[in-house]
Formats: sequence, structure tokens, C-alpha cells
Amino acid sequence: MIPRPRPERFRLRRTMMFMNAQKPGLIKDAYIYGVDSIMLDLEDAVAENQKDAARFSLYHALKTIDYGDTEVIVRINGLDTPHWQEDIRVSVAGGADGVRIPTCESAEDVKKVEEHVLAAEKEFGVEEGRTLIMAALESPKGVLNAYEIASASDRLFGIALSAGDFHRSMHTHYVPGGIELNTARNLIVMSARAAGVQCFDTVFTNLDDEEGFENEVRMIHDMGFDGKSLINPRQIAFVHQTLAPTPKEIATAETYVRTYEEQSKLGVGVYTVNGKMVDIAFIKDASRVIALAKACGVYHGDL
Amino acid sequence: MEIQKAAIAGTLESSDAQVTVMPGTNGIELTLESSVMNQYGRQIKATVLSVLSGLGVKDARVKVVDKGALDCTLKARVECAVFRSNDMSAKNIPWGGVIK
Repeated sequence: MIPRPRPERFRLRRTMMFMNAQKPGLIKDAYIYGVDSIMLDLEDAVAENQKDAARFSLYHALKTIDYGDTEVIVRINGLDTPHWQEDIRVSVAGGADGVRIPTCESAEDVKKVEEHVLAAEKEFGVEEGRTLIMAALESPKGVLNAYEIASASDRLFGIALSAGDFHRSMHTHYVPGGIELNTARNLIVMSARAAGVQCFDTVFTNLDDEEGFENEVRMIHDMGFDGKSLINPRQIAFVHQTLAPTPKEIATAETYVRTYEEQSKLGVGVYTVNGKMVDIAFIKDASRVIALAKACGVYHGDL
Repeated sequence: MEIQKAAIAGTLESSDAQVTVMPGTNGIELTLESSVMNQYGRQIKATVLSVLSGLGVKDARVKVVDKGALDCTLKARVECAVFRSNDMSAKNIPWGGVIK
């Protein structure tokens, strides 16, 4: 049995890759791709008559395979199915780092899952509070309730847009550039920031359209998303590269932090660097950029 | 557990194993086909027998078609087949109990 370290509620989650929990060939190698989190799927990827088999397979994978630093999340079945309670039991018993609630629509949904997670932690002697939760927003109602969902639980680390169902319920479809998801994406980022949790963009399903994928990654990075859900390992590298701070951003952040320390000692609150105004509001973000650069392994300075 | 009726779990995909259990009267009668029979045949048999014994299955006809499954996959398939044969595979599984 592989004991996994206590999950961290806030950690680097640039990429989250879906894996069918029913397919042994996939889940046994999942950790080698260097993805930040893997999402072992008990929901849509698993046929209705194989839900039971997928859980046995998941349990032993969790207990046997050393996933190293890769975070292991389980996507449970929806709260309107007969499966989700057993999905939570097996995830907690197996020691998964967290569970993802599909089609989450309210704070109440999160609380319901939280209750069952706690009950399972007690049943299986797992440290109480260990298992994290994330919520996928897949419906207009879920997106409109993003803030109450994002702030519903101390276990909840983030909210994710899941566009497949969202498109259908909005009577639209994938559009290059993402006009149809514009409001949903903005609401999700804003709600996550307001609640102090992370946010993740939906999958990009057309593997042949690399340009479309890259444009979408750049766009969601500019919008402020922390990461993106993926369906294929070949999508990982570009996201990691795009979400890492650039050398220029890092240099600017360093300059801000250093000069701010000097200036505050001199009793100065606001000053200019290369013609740009700097005050304390910039420092928090500069520190965030440096922390992100460190986490991404691209920081070589001494701050 | 007893084998109440024939049940099957797993697929014939690479890295998987398909396990069929049927009621028996003469101990464990195991037939094994494996794509890695020469290297791992004995280990696969040992794993299957140990899982069945852990579940308290004493009499059964068991057929395993192995496509290079890891031990953890093999265990999962045997357990699922046994639980299915008792119509008990859908909920309240003793994770960490007899399933370990």
C-alpha cells in the first residue's frame, strides 16, 4: 500500500487530466506524464453497467500505484444517480486526494458531498478533513451560483467549468474564440477569486486543432484561470509553458518586491519604476508571480 | 462468500483480465489463459487463489483470460466477479476489509 501525503488545499494545478478509472491500461501509467493532477473518472467515461467494476479497479489502483507528486482526484457520479455515495466511500477508503462533484448547482450540493465524505473518513479511519472537494459547474444554474458553491466548504479547493453539458443547456456549441462561454468563464474566475479558491477551464476536445487549443489556453490564462482540464497527455506541455510566468514578468516582479522593500524603509509608499507607478497593491501580485514561478520551476533568483 | 450464479468482470483489452466465476462443488477449479503465461502464469494463479481465499470462496469454477494485467487489476476483476455473482457489487463494499 502506498501512503499518500496529506493533500494540500492550495497547490499548483495547471493541468488536470481525465482518465477512465475502468481502464487499467490508462490508470497504471497516469503519473508519468508530469501532469499536476489526474482525474480518475467514475462518471461519463464508465458505462452504466460497469460502475461497480470501475470502483474495484479504482480502489486497487489507489492503494497500489505510486502516483508520486501527482494529485489524484476522483470524479464521482452525479448526485441524481444511485452511484455517488459508493463512489465517495471508495475514493475516501482508497485515500484519493479529493473528489470532483459533477454538475454541481448549489452550496447545498457541496455540503451534501462534504457530509458523506466526512462519514466515509470516519468509517474508514481516514484523517478527518483530509479529503478535498472540487465542484464542476456544467449548467447555467451552477454557473450563476458559482460564488455560493466556491465558498461552501473549507475542503473545496476550486471550481471548474465543464462546457459539454453547459453548451447543450445553453442551446449552443463550441465556437472558436469562446464567445458562447464568455460570461460563464468570467463569472467563474470572479467567483473563485472572491471566494479565495482556484478555478479551472473546461477541456478542449478537438485534438487535431492545435492552433485552437493554444489560442484557448492563452485566452484562459489571460482571463485568470489557474489551470485547464485535459483529455490527452500531449496537451500538457503547452499549458505548463503558457501558465508559467515569463522571464520578463519575473524580472518585473523581482524589481517591484526589491524596490518596495527599500522604499518602505525610507518611508515611501508610492514611487515609480521605469516610469510606472508602484505601490503596495502591486506587491501582492508580484509576490504571487514569484511564488508561481517557483512552483513552476522557472525561478532562479534568491527572493 | 459463495458463488451464487455465473458472473463476469473485466475485458479483453490489453493490460486487463476477464474473470468468469461459476458455481462449483469441487474446490476451486481454475483455468487460465494468459498472453504472458510463461513469465507470469504461476504468479497470476497465486494471486487469483489468494483473492478467492480472502473472500472465503471455497467452491467455484473460475476462468481467467489475462491480457497482461497488473496484480492490482487482476484482484479488482476477481473481486468484482465474486461480488457480482452475489448481486452485491453495487454498494456497501467492505473497502479495506476483505477488499484490501
